[in-house]
Amino acid sequence: MDFVPSFALVAPELLLIGAGLVLLLVAAWGGDKAARGIAIAAAAALFGAGFMLVPGLHVGVDGPATLAFGGLIKVDSFALFAKALIYLAAIGALIVAPAFFNSAAAGTERVMRAEYPVLVLFATVGMSIMVSANDFMSLYLGLELNSLSAYVLAAILRKDTRSGEAGLKYFVLGALASGILLYGMSLLYGFTGGTAFTAVRAGLTGEMGTGALFGVIFVLSGLAFKISAVPFHMWTPDVYEGAPTPVTAFFATAPKVAAVALTARVTFEVFGAQVAAWQQIVMFTALASIIFGALGAIGQENLKRLLAYSSINNIGFILLGLAVANADGASAMLVYLFIYVAMSLGSFVALLMLRDEDGALFETFADIRGLSVTRPAIAWALLLFMFSLAGIPPLLGFYSKFVVFQATVEAGLIAFGAIAIAASVIGAFYYIKFVKVMFFDEPAGVVTGKSGAGHWALLGLTALIISPLGYLLTPSLTDLADKAAASLFLAV
Amino acid sequence: MEGLPILSLMMLVPLAGAAACLFAGANASRWIALGATLVTFVLGIVLWSNYQIGGPQWQFTEKAELFAGFSWALGIDGIALLLIMLSVFLMPICILASWDSVTKRVGEYMAAFLFMEVLMIGTFAAQDLFLFYVFFEAGLIPMYLIIGVWGGDNRIYASYKFFLYTLLGSVLMLIAMFWMVAEAGTSDIPSLMQYDFPPQAQTWLWLAFFASFAVKVPMWPMHTWLPDAHVQAPTAGSVILAGVLLKLGGYGFIRFSLPMFPEASAQFAWLVFALSMVAVVYTSLVALVQSDMKKLIAYSSVAHMAIVTVGLFAFNVQGLEGAMIIMLSHGLVSAALFLCVGVIYDRLHTREIARYGGLAINMPYYALFFLLFTMASIGLPGTSGFVGEFLALAGIYQTSSLVALVSTTGIILGAAYMLYLYRRVAFGGQTNEDAAAMPDISAREWVMMAPIAAAVLWMGVYPESFLAPMRADIAVLDARLATAAPASDAQLAPGTPRSEAANALTHHGAGHEGMDHSGGNSDSAKEGAH
Repeated sequence: MDFVPSFALVAPELLLIGAGLVLLLVAAWGGDKAARGIAIAAAAALFGAGFMLVPGLHVGVDGPATLAFGGLIKVDSFALFAKALIYLAAIGALIVAPAFFNSAAAGTERVMRAEYPVLVLFATVGMSIMVSANDFMSLYLGLELNSLSAYVLAAILRKDTRSGEAGLKYFVLGALASGILLYGMSLLYGFTGGTAFTAVRAGLTGEMGTGALFGVIFVLSGLAFKISAVPFHMWTPDVYEGAPTPVTAFFATAPKVAAVALTARVTFEVFGAQVAAWQQIVMFTALASIIFGALGAIGQENLKRLLAYSSINNIGFILLGLAVANADGASAMLVYLFIYVAMSLGSFVALLMLRDEDGALFETFADIRGLSVTRPAIAWALLLFMFSLAGIPPLLGFYSKFVVFQATVEAGLIAFGAIAIAASVIGAFYYIKFVKVMFFDEPAGVVTGKSGAGHWALLGLTALIISPLGYLLTPSLTDLADKAAASLFLAV
Repeated sequence: MEGLPILSLMMLVPLAGAAACLFAGANASRWIALGATLVTFVLGIVLWSNYQIGGPQWQFTEKAELFAGFSWALGIDGIALLLIMLSVFLMPICILASWDSVTKRVGEYMAAFLFMEVLMIGTFAAQDLFLFYVFFEAGLIPMYLIIGVWGGDNRIYASYKFFLYTLLGSVLMLIAMFWMVAEAGTSDIPSLMQYDFPPQAQTWLWLAFFASFAVKVPMWPMHTWLPDAHVQAPTAGSVILAGVLLKLGGYGFIRFSLPMFPEASAQFAWLVFALSMVAVVYTSLVALVQSDMKKLIAYSSVAHMAIVTVGLFAFNVQGLEGAMIIMLSHGLVSAALFLCVGVIYDRLHTREIARYGGLAINMPYYALFFLLFTMASIGLPGTSGFVGEFLALAGIYQTSSLVALVSTTGIILGAAYMLYLYRRVAFGGQTNEDAAAMPDISAREWVMMAPIAAAVLWMGVYPESFLAPMRADIAVLDARLATAAPASDAQLAPGTPRSEAANALTHHGAGHEGMDHSGGNSDSAKEGAH
């Protein structure tokens, strides 16, 4: 067997693995003093890996030429699109980390651990494998590589009890989800006789037995855990609140993209012949996520918890695109994912910039009262992000809702779309509460510290993307998403 | 003018001004805002003077495929032209009204207003369904901030209510838009206005659009956000809310509901009539018992807008023209009335009617302006209010005498509450010392009031200037509605037509086609002018 073409296809992953291993050695000998350099090197590696994706993204790749290692891995346009988003989000998470870990916000440690960038790299490799998996075995390998790195990341502040709690909760519930997923996979293997996506798909064609149906449902439930869709969302607010904020920013973006992309691939490529079996499940999950994500957020005082519920709410809208079960819906979902990453990364960066003179982070609504007077630039940026998350035009968040609802209506699911869009108004309530606290309330009288250039650059970039100017991106973004979605449906 | 994208330019100027205001100091941003709005107004005059009456239906069109899913398509007909003119006319006045009364965060305030102006022009000029939605909905952001940051004591409740009410109304419209575009295969508004949707579907589409526009207009019982928003908003906020934003609802009916779903409009005319009749009587009675000046005028807005909706759904030329003229007139008059309240609020910091009295003695010029606008609101002949209400009621009388009867009580009740308000504020003895010590209006306030007064009288004495640009468009709309128009209870027998329209302008050959078609209505317009 000739492995050269296979290795060429996974070159970005190889680069990341190589960089991760080398940096691990650097971390072992250099210690935490080298952490900053390691973070820069890791970001450079991610950037390089991302750069390798560009030619494939540009022309669009699919078909047998994208299969690597005898069909275990499939590097088609869909995988490339998801990987590009994941790498960008991971770079974002690396940029904001040092300032956080080197300040009082990090509790008593006040130092960035050298493992942090390395773990982010390994998690990213795991996600890369997830989105390009073409076999349940490679799927599970990627998923676990990502999850195990993520558990450690959540608990990386070893002396902070909240961080430890977040890590433990994430681990216990993540392991449960993995177990459910594995059980579903074993059922599917038993009833179809294969683990490759094509084999399972072939086995699921025609009349589906109860056992196989159970397999489908267990796999979907396990994936719903990973994307934190209702009713498997309970871990999200606790983990988001407890984990260090740069890690939360990471969790809210890259692994979300990976898990959503994986879910899309499994539902379309593996269960594509049994749309009737999963469409209702996804529709219910989507609606429930939108409604519970919105209702749960209303009472929150903690900003990170609120953004956690916001991410649940957004997953609901992303699943709308999945529930449509056609290429338009998948394309809309990818466009939404891109805009969602920009919005949530931007919101978390803004939160990371809100700190008092000692560097401790502002975490509740009470802390950010009257922010528009004390820190106008951050307040205006947050205002853009919040209105964008609420889907108010002319911000780009509107466009993300626009595409998923357009796909929903065009597929004839009008009542479903109408209920979902009416529920989105509930979500608007807490997003505008953010604006109310920052702009309408009197200043809380807290002193705010300075932020580094990296934060400003990232905030400015994400704000620019979601501003009305971002609409100029939509033609090329739609083009890329269409290509990616088309490659997903090629297997059909 | 060929080739110059004047509509885009009219949006670019305030947008640039808004960006500049965000970074400028308090005083600089006032001047920037005034300059930007004045330049836009001048561009508006250029727009109007280059608008060819009787020319193509859509003029000044621009189209650029900038986005995926929809395009940057602009263009106006006579209806949009007049509403754009109303917006750009009121904006400099709004800036002047906030000159001294807004002292905190002036730059952001001015930026919000200028951004609002961009969105208003965009809403009226948009020729792409989704572009319209973007502009229509985006107005929530600046308005939410204007009410919430610079509003009165209860501003937070009012801003939430405004935001959520309008958002809930609009999102269902978006779903309907997706369906329409999928069905018709285009998001181009002029094409959609010619597209015949299946009557079955029209019912649902109409209801979805109605949910949005009825909240914006607002129609009873969706009007409750309006008094709260008006009372809490700063003066200029109320001016823009009453002057232009309420017109978005009426514009929506005339641009979307009526031409795109004529059958459903006829089918639901009874609903509109019923809600409007309740609104006219009920909100007028509520206005009668208000002790807060702004609230009184806010309720009177609901009553006036109800006559607009009645006129729109009369399905004839008089009704449509009357509705448009009321919208323009109400845009001027209610804006002026809010300015009148603002003038004395700036001096005494209360909107309580009982705190004033006898202002005619110490503020004679103020009392004069206030009287003029009060009379215009009542609909005194010679003012703009009369022309609009007469036309609208004449239109509805052809369709349903009952609705005309009930709607006309609104005029009587309107006279009651407005005269009662005026008596308590301007006449009588000077019961409050501080009110008696207030100085008369300043030069700045003269500059705010005088242009509106002139426009009100112009529209009242010679409405032809305002009817002429939209006559052809109303005729087209009437022709579109003709097949669906519900049977009227008036059983009109056609008389012998005149050889030419009574007010035909012989030197204006270009606009002749439209005038022939609507000869009857020009009569009444002429009568209104006498």
